Amino acid sequence: MSVLVYIEADNNAVKKSSLEALTYAAKMNAGDVTALVTDKAENLEELGKYGVKTVLQVSDDKLSTRPVSAIASAIASAASKAGANVVVMSRSSTVDAAAPRVGVKMKATVASNVVALPQTDNGFVVRRGVFTGKAFADTKLEGENKVLTIAKNALAIDDSVGGSATVEAFSPEYGAKDFAVKVTDVKKQEGDILLPEADLVVSAGRGLKGPENWGMIENLANELHAATACSKPVSDMDWRPHHEHVGQTGIKVAPSLYIAVGISGAIQHLAGVNSSKTIVVINKDSEAPFFKSADYGVVGDAFDVVPKLTEALKKAGI
Amino acid sequence: MNILVCICHVPDTTTKIKFTGTELDKNGVQFIIGPYDDYALARAVELKDASGGKLTVLNVGEADTEPTIRKALAIGADDAVRINAHPKDAYFVAEQIAAYAKDKNFDMILMGREASDYNGGQVHGMVAEMLDMPCIVPCMTLEVEGNIAKMGREIEGGKEYVECEMPFVAGCQEPIAEWKIPNMRGIMMARKKPLEVIEPTTESAPTEIVNFELPPSRGNVKMIDADNMDELVRLLKEEAKVL
Ligand SMILES: Cc1cc2nc3c(=O)[nH]c(=O)nc-3n(C[C@H](O)[C@H](O)[C@H](O)COP(=O)(O)OP(=O)(O)OC[C@H]3O[C@@H](n4cnc5c(N)ncnc54)[C@H](O)[C@@H]3O)c2cc1C
Repeated sequence: MSVLVYIEADNNAVKKSSLEALTYAAKMNAGDVTALVTDKAENLEELGKYGVKTVLQVSDDKLSTRPVSAIASAIASAASKAGANVVVMSRSSTVDAAAPRVGVKMKATVASNVVALPQTDNGFVVRRGVFTGKAFADTKLEGENKVLTIAKNALAIDDSVGGSATVEAFSPEYGAKDFAVKVTDVKKQEGDILLPEADLVVSAGRGLKGPENWGMIENLANELHAATACSKPVSDMDWRPHHEHVGQTGIKVAPSLYIAVGISGAIQHLAGVNSSKTIVVINKDSEAPFFKSADYGVVGDAFDVVPKLTEALKKAGI
Repeated sequence: MNILVCICHVPDTTTKIKFTGTELDKNGVQFIIGPYDDYALARAVELKDASGGKLTVLNVGEADTEPTIRKALAIGADDAVRINAHPKDAYFVAEQIAAYAKDKNFDMILMGREASDYNGGQVHGMVAEMLDMPCIVPCMTLEVEGNIAKMGREIEGGKEYVECEMPFVAGCQEPIAEWKIPNMRGIMMARKKPLEVIEPTTESAPTEIVNFELPPSRGNVKMIDADNMDELVRLLKEEAKVL
């Protein structure tokens, strides 16, 4: 038996979320771990530290934009080569789209948004986040083959598992229609800290009154090396770009620290941020619902509190 | 254009979730069209209005989902299909949709990027794979030129614009279109529109929920004086250990 982990890399470096998937695979104790890499990446032997035995590396320019259908074929064909009956991957825009296709190709049972290691004393049971973070569902997966997509920050990375991995070139088998979707343009946003990947997030809502007041939010984010985010009405009014909107209908984030400034804490907003490890709420209304879901709260005017917090961070040398 | 929109029937987003054993406690819960499906439906209505054709809405569900289906008809679908089964899991639902759509020549099959109850986000991809079609998710813009669909989707750190030939499957989300609210005329007309009920092709579902659990509530919020941000920084560093 063995486990296949699909790995994503950005700028030649393996993503932190992919290292989480490797840790998950190693801790499952389900046999050898094989990794599949279709992005350009260096030092792949080092994945041995996370318990990987073999890395299958695909070098094919046609995969550089991660075409979903072709990536799904590559994953299924790597699983077949590795004799893997479990595929583990961390959630991403590619993985979320590819996982169901891999499931059908491998005749595997798919579980998405998995937040903990499987329980195997009575079948194979994984815990998934459901009802937009309002509940967990322990789900029993039937069948030989399984595809699991792992939620961000579901478990801490462990790089003390093994030695060095063997890297092998691999040519997957593609389906006839795998390149039917053509990428015509890609627009990357500016700035180097991307919201879905960020470990620290500073977010602001309608309480900020207008786009001209975001300077203090950016200063605070800069001080923390955090990404910036916003509530839905803020992006609807074009105060901030759409890709910053977090919540049920926006991006879901799970950073170590989420600071919410002038956001009421509506249930749809919470749905996108309630998996954050620590939540700080700054709101002038002591009755704001967000305080009920916060770890730390400050009742005060954002225009007064935010600059003070930035100063305090500066002073503490954070 | 011949469009299929798949909708789910989910608790209103503000619902407090409770369970009885391994089922959702439906007592006092108001059900709605899945919020992401609502975006798919809204864009489908616009495309149909612009080009003509037919818009069918499909739901895999038991009889209690019919008010939700009628709402979709009131918003602008021409006819509806209900596959009479408890939607056990994503694979089961995808199998039903694929079996229905297989020989119907839909130009596109639209649905939400995920259901807001079980958040699987799998049905679109499974249907596409079963029917050997492309699938675009999350689909945030959708235009049609001749036989080509042009779409935008969010990727890490930006947006990607793609195109493919029809037919295709898409899992939609905002801002693809503004939600449409049914008007009186739509509601009256919806009563007379056909709603066909068909039986499922199989009963098998590969997953089973054995237990639900509510997440632990965060400990009582610790309040910090607005004039003492040094204390907040200290707590974030020493107590929460996030700095
Ligand atoms: C189906 C559906 C999906 C939705 N999806 C999302 C989603 O994905 N994300 C999302 O965010 N919302 C979503 N919403 C909207 C959501 O319900 C709320 O309307 C929204 O989150 C409110 O944004 P807000 O807190 O910024 O604004 P408001 O509700 O207007 O709150 C502003 C807050 O700022 C505080 N404030 C005002 N002035 C100051 C000041 N000077 N200093 C400090 N605090 C101040 C106020 O006390 C108030 O609490 C959705 C709604 C629906 C129906």
